[in-house]
This record gives sequence, structure tokens and C-alpha cells, in this order.
Amino acid sequence: MELTAAEKEANLWSGGQRPLNASYGKLMMWFFIVSDALTFSGFLVSYGFSRFKNIDSWPIADEVFTHFPFLHGIDAPMYYVALMTFILIFSSVTMVLAVDAGHHMNKAKVTFYMLLTIIGGAVFVGSQAWEWKNFIKGEYGALETKGGQILQFVNADTGKRVAIGDFAVSIPTERSTHKGSNGIWYQGEGSLPSYSVAEVAQGFEANENLVIRSEKLDENGHKIVLSRDESLDKIDSAVGVVEGANLIHNEYGNRLFADFFFFITGFHGFHVFSGVVINLIIFFNVIIGTYDRRGHYEMVEKVGLYWHFVDLVWVFVFTFFYLV
Amino acid sequence: MAEHEHKLAIFRGLLKFKSNVQKIWGVLIFLSIVTTIEVVLGIIKPEFLLTYFLNMKLLNWIFIILTLVKAYYIAWDFMHIRDERGSLKGAIVLPLIILIPYLIFILILEADYIFDVMNTGFQSWNF
Repeated sequence: MELTAAEKEANLWSGGQRPLNASYGKLMMWFFIVSDALTFSGFLVSYGFSRFKNIDSWPIADEVFTHFPFLHGIDAPMYYVALMTFILIFSSVTMVLAVDAGHHMNKAKVTFYMLLTIIGGAVFVGSQAWEWKNFIKGEYGALETKGGQILQFVNADTGKRVAIGDFAVSIPTERSTHKGSNGIWYQGEGSLPSYSVAEVAQGFEANENLVIRSEKLDENGHKIVLSRDESLDKIDSAVGVVEGANLIHNEYGNRLFADFFFFITGFHGFHVFSGVVINLIIFFNVIIGTYDRRGHYEMVEKVGLYWHFVDLVWVFVFTFFYLV
Repeated sequence: MAEHEHKLAIFRGLLKFKSNVQKIWGVLIFLSIVTTIEVVLGIIKPEFLLTYFLNMKLLNWIFIILTLVKAYYIAWDFMHIRDERGSLKGAIVLPLIILIPYLIFILILEADYIFDVMNTGFQSWNF
């Protein structure tokens, strides 16, 4: 017996039907995405918390991410991440085209578009690794004070940043390695910066045209540059040399910036990576004809949902780390 | 196939596409335009957009709004929320639009307060 529309509606929630018109697997993928979206928003909002807490001294993204492949020494803020964004959006499009081809049971097209999606995702993860490499390596180096403030150096005449390697003098010192046989508390030794605080400070005092740029921002959002006298005063409070960024020190400014950068883009990068792996599995399943035999390509649709979600998160990461 | 019917109009029916594939490319073009606007604004940073509105630069407000626009079209057209039933739409979207603004409100307000305490207190943080 055929049910009328009204009867169907009444029976919708009484079992045996799909009230949301979506299969079990698709619903579970949506539940996962909603909870993962809340996880990411937790991360991004805590980043916002730290940023508003240090609103007058937060690093300026345009000065941090300035590299582009094969353009050495050219200041290119934003271009590279913009390219990464386009790559990810494009791989999202090939994914949705694969889903569409799946609806038409077109195996050849699904295979082709899935392959393009995987390539796009892999290129994106590689780009992120390159971005991390530049961030970790650093460019100019800086001094850190006892209070954790970063002191950067600029040329007073041109206003351009100066790398510590360009003016640090070399003071020959003897440094004997502490051996495990000499003390029971010995735990090992990390790598040393290329210059000592004294070498940088002496080089600074010898170069009349150098001044210190502090972490603090003025009302226009530019970092406040100290006068030569203030700088000479300030350099005495330096306790360490910082080159590049890690989870403890960060030459670009507030160390929380590096922590959140590593954590959030790392967590997102891990999502992209696992997305590529899942896409690969589905891709091989498509090739061996699993879904052709099953009669539908819903698995492609489900993995597609995950893949678009990764793209969606990147849109927010891009805004909050690079634009705002 | 009845199960895979797509709604083919975007911008509240202003732009109608003939097929789902065409709609996908259309949305891609739209997202690319929005991203390009963001990048161009981010590079030139027009002077008149650097005024403050509700404790944040106007430029940053524009970025956030454009991001939400992009998020809408990714979710609605790439993730096919547009084609889902109202109940599923609500189940996905409502928890997010209730919980996330709440979290933002509480944490950003608290951060602003801590900034004030640190900024106006007698303790110097710059040493």
C-alpha cells in the first residue's frame, strides 16, 4: 500500500525510516565534524584570549611570514599562505566533483578527481612543513630579557631590521663541556645560539646607528622603536640570545604566539595529513571497484565531508593567524 | 536519482545554475574572489579601515565577516547542507552558533579584563 505524504510524515519517527534522510554513516560523520568544530573553536578562542590579553605586544604576522619559494630576501608577506589557501580550496572542489561523479556512478571520473584531491592535500601539507621550517629557523635573531620580552634590532637611519649576525663581535672564550662524570645532576646540553649575549651587546655598542625595537605596539599597531640612549639602557637587561622559534623562545615576540602557531596549525596539518591517508584508502577502494559493486559511492561522500571540514577550518586559521 | 537532488540556486535565488557541476565551479569562483579581496586588503591595508570599531580595527571586522561568508558557502554547497532536511541542518548548525559565540564572548571579555589589570596595575611587566 502506498502511503500518502501526510501518513509518511506521521510515521517518519516511528522507525524503519531515515528521518533525516541521511544514512547512519553520514550522520556519524556529521556528529564527528560538529564535535571537531567545537574543538577547533576552543583552540582558536584560546588563541584569541592570549592575543587580547597581550593586545599591545602581539607579533605582527606580516613581519613573521615573509617567505616565498625561490624568492630569497624578498619581503613577500601573505602571498605564500594565500597560495596555500587556493590549493586547499581547489582540492575541495575536486573532492566535491568526485562526490558528484559518484552520484552518477562514473568510476573513471571519481578516480581522477580523487587523485587530484590527494595531490592537492599532499602539496598543502608540504607547504605547511616549509612554512614551519622558516618559522623555526628564524631570520634576524633577537635578545630576550629576564621578563621574557624580545628585543629586536633596527637600523636607526633606514628603519630596517638588522640580523644579530651582522653586527655581533666575536669574543673568543674557553668553554669546557660539562661531562656526566663530573656531576650526578648532569642531564645533557641543548644546542647553543651562534652568539653570546655579550657578543651581541658589544657589537651593538660599537654600532652607533643601531637601535632596539621593543615588543610594544603604538596606537597605529607599529612596534615602538627605542632611542639610542634607551636602547643602550635596555640591552643590559638582556639575558639570552634567541634565534628562530620553538615552544620556549620566540624571536618574533610573545612566546605564546609560537606556541599557538605550532599547536593550531600543527593540529590542522595533522587533520590534512589524516585526510590524505583516508582519501588514499578510499581512492584504492574506488580503483578496485568496491563501491561499484556496492551500488553507491557514499563512502566518497563521507570522506568528502571530512575533507571539506578541513578546508573550512583552514579558512578560519588563515584569517586569525595571517590576516587579522 | 531522487536521493541526490540538488538545489541549484545560490545568493537567495539570484544566481541559478543548470547543473550541480556548474554550481560547484560557480562557488569556487565566488570563494576565490572573496579570498583575493582578503589578500589584497591584507597587503595594502587601506588607511581608512584602520579605525577602531568595538575595540577592533574595521579591517579585522571585514576579514572576520568575509571568513564567515566563505564558511557558509563551503558548508552549504561543498558539504551539501543546502540539500539536507531542515532537522539535520538545525542539528548541525544550531549547537555551533549557540556555543561558539558564547565561548568567544566569555573568553575575550576575560582577556580584555586581564589586559586592563596588567596595564593599569602597579606591577611592571616590561623588564
